[in-house]
Amino acid sequence: MSITVIRSGMLATIQDLGRYRYQKYGVVPGGAMDTGAARVANFLVGNAGDEAVLEVTLAGAMLLIEEDMLLAICGADMKVTASGERLPLWRPALVKAGTTIHFEACHSGCRSYLAVAGGFDVPKIMGSRSTYLRAAIGGFMGRGVKAGDQLSAGVASPLSMRMMKDWEKKRFSNVTVPSWHASHFAVADELAKPLIRAMPGTDYERFMASSQAALFSQTFRIAPQSDRMGYRLNGAETLMLDAPFEVLSEAVANGTVQVPSDGNPIVLLADRQTTGGYPRIAQVATVDLPVFAQLKPGDRFRFEAITQQQAERLYLDSERDMAILKAAIALKFN
Amino acid sequence: MSGNHVSVRQRMACELLPLGDSAVLIRLGDRIELETNQKVMKLSQRLEAQPFAGWIECVPAFASVAVHYDPVLVMKSRTWEEVVHASLFETVCFRLERYLSSDQLHLNEQASRTVEIPVCYGGEEGPDLSFVASHNGLTEEDVIAIHSSGDYRVYMLGFAPGFPYLGGMSERIAAPRHQTPRTTIPQGSVGIAGKQTGVYPLATPGGWQLVGRTPLALFRPQDEIPSLLRAGDMVRFIPIRRKQYELYKEGAL
Repeated sequence: MSITVIRSGMLATIQDLGRYRYQKYGVVPGGAMDTGAARVANFLVGNAGDEAVLEVTLAGAMLLIEEDMLLAICGADMKVTASGERLPLWRPALVKAGTTIHFEACHSGCRSYLAVAGGFDVPKIMGSRSTYLRAAIGGFMGRGVKAGDQLSAGVASPLSMRMMKDWEKKRFSNVTVPSWHASHFAVADELAKPLIRAMPGTDYERFMASSQAALFSQTFRIAPQSDRMGYRLNGAETLMLDAPFEVLSEAVANGTVQVPSDGNPIVLLADRQTTGGYPRIAQVATVDLPVFAQLKPGDRFRFEAITQQQAERLYLDSERDMAILKAAIALKFN
Repeated sequence: MSGNHVSVRQRMACELLPLGDSAVLIRLGDRIELETNQKVMKLSQRLEAQPFAGWIECVPAFASVAVHYDPVLVMKSRTWEEVVHASLFETVCFRLERYLSSDQLHLNEQASRTVEIPVCYGGEEGPDLSFVASHNGLTEEDVIAIHSSGDYRVYMLGFAPGFPYLGGMSERIAAPRHQTPRTTIPQGSVGIAGKQTGVYPLATPGGWQLVGRTPLALFRPQDEIPSLLRAGDMVRFIPIRRKQYELYKEGAL
């Protein structure tokens, strides 16, 4: 066994990039909330990108590394230490057996991703290793990890093996960290004064002009009852329809902003239901979902209006950046 | 967009809207109607059978189909005709046109499956059966007879894994939801809410009037198709006795 959970903290689940092609049966994709951080963490340890990682929510988790391991932590800054020493984020680390990894305190963001070479080895359910808490399937026995759980890693890729071999020579302590990193993927700066880019939703035109304006001008606060299913928002002005209109239940997507009759929007996230019956005023741009997923209850942000075309452009640009990072790492250890 | 394309072939009436930057929502109507829902099913079946490059999945609903795609793959597979499009959304709409031509949507009417769902009505399994009866001035037996004689169509799955939105319940057994929802409803519960009936695939909180329970699992995560029911199926409820319910649960039936 490669990692023993000493403490899970508030919630820690195994997630990959999601379960696709089952939405027509009511099964939502789920997966990592901050897919950017999960993918980068995977790249940093020589994985393909879609391997299962551990999503640590808020601080508190503590893990014992049972065998020498290549790992990386990306996402929220939780002041992570390795047997007392600060472990830098957005960097791979070769960690010796017997090291304790502790997610001590939330400095910025609220979800951290731990990737290990080979990914976490849990059975695939419907093509994915993601934990689906609501249906109690996937991940580690369909639930968040608990103290005493033993998580094992899958087979490391040839790239991971080369990385480990290279650092084996340079190793001088319990933790060996290279000088290079991928911290340009960090969203910490965006979190200081978050602007979440969004485009008008499928029912945008049905909202009052004042509500359309309020959507993109007022500050929203994330309500306490927000989780992996969705974030509830409160703003000074509630969002209202021009005229009552009954929506037939239809598919929603990650980042769909629905407005129930009380006028307080809900942003649907990874563990949402597959279909919804409320009017949709907006849709968060896919590139900004990782930033949004790092906001926590009580945080404030504003929406910034962009067009569908701009959202597409941003999507393609960010995918290009991901591909470049992956290729650069592979090239380094060729 | 692809205006000349439309004029050449008869195209079904519909609205194509972006659902963000990686999905298109195709609205084929604004009501719960059999004919519209049949078109929905055909359209998503056709897309699944012959997907375009970059297609990920279809999510059919009462009167719409959401088509999810991978923008990178759509971009990479653009043809000389498509590179002039101002957006990938336009390219995807262009690719969807050929699935939307009405001559195709009337072809090969598929026979729907009928799935029988055994239900133990009343008692502990259906604590609200007496309420539904008295609310409608009926006996409990009447409610069972009416509920189990209906032919229900699965219009869509959603809300929870394997949860069917069923159409076709008799208004004679309609009943309002509970004012305060129960904190947990057992898996397999068969309920009535307004003019709708449904089956809970998972234990969840809910306000439906519970008239019975089925021993069948609606959500089957280990199966290739993880749902007992599929959109387009017909459902019949078969009353069973408590004893049979127990036997089903134990796997004897």
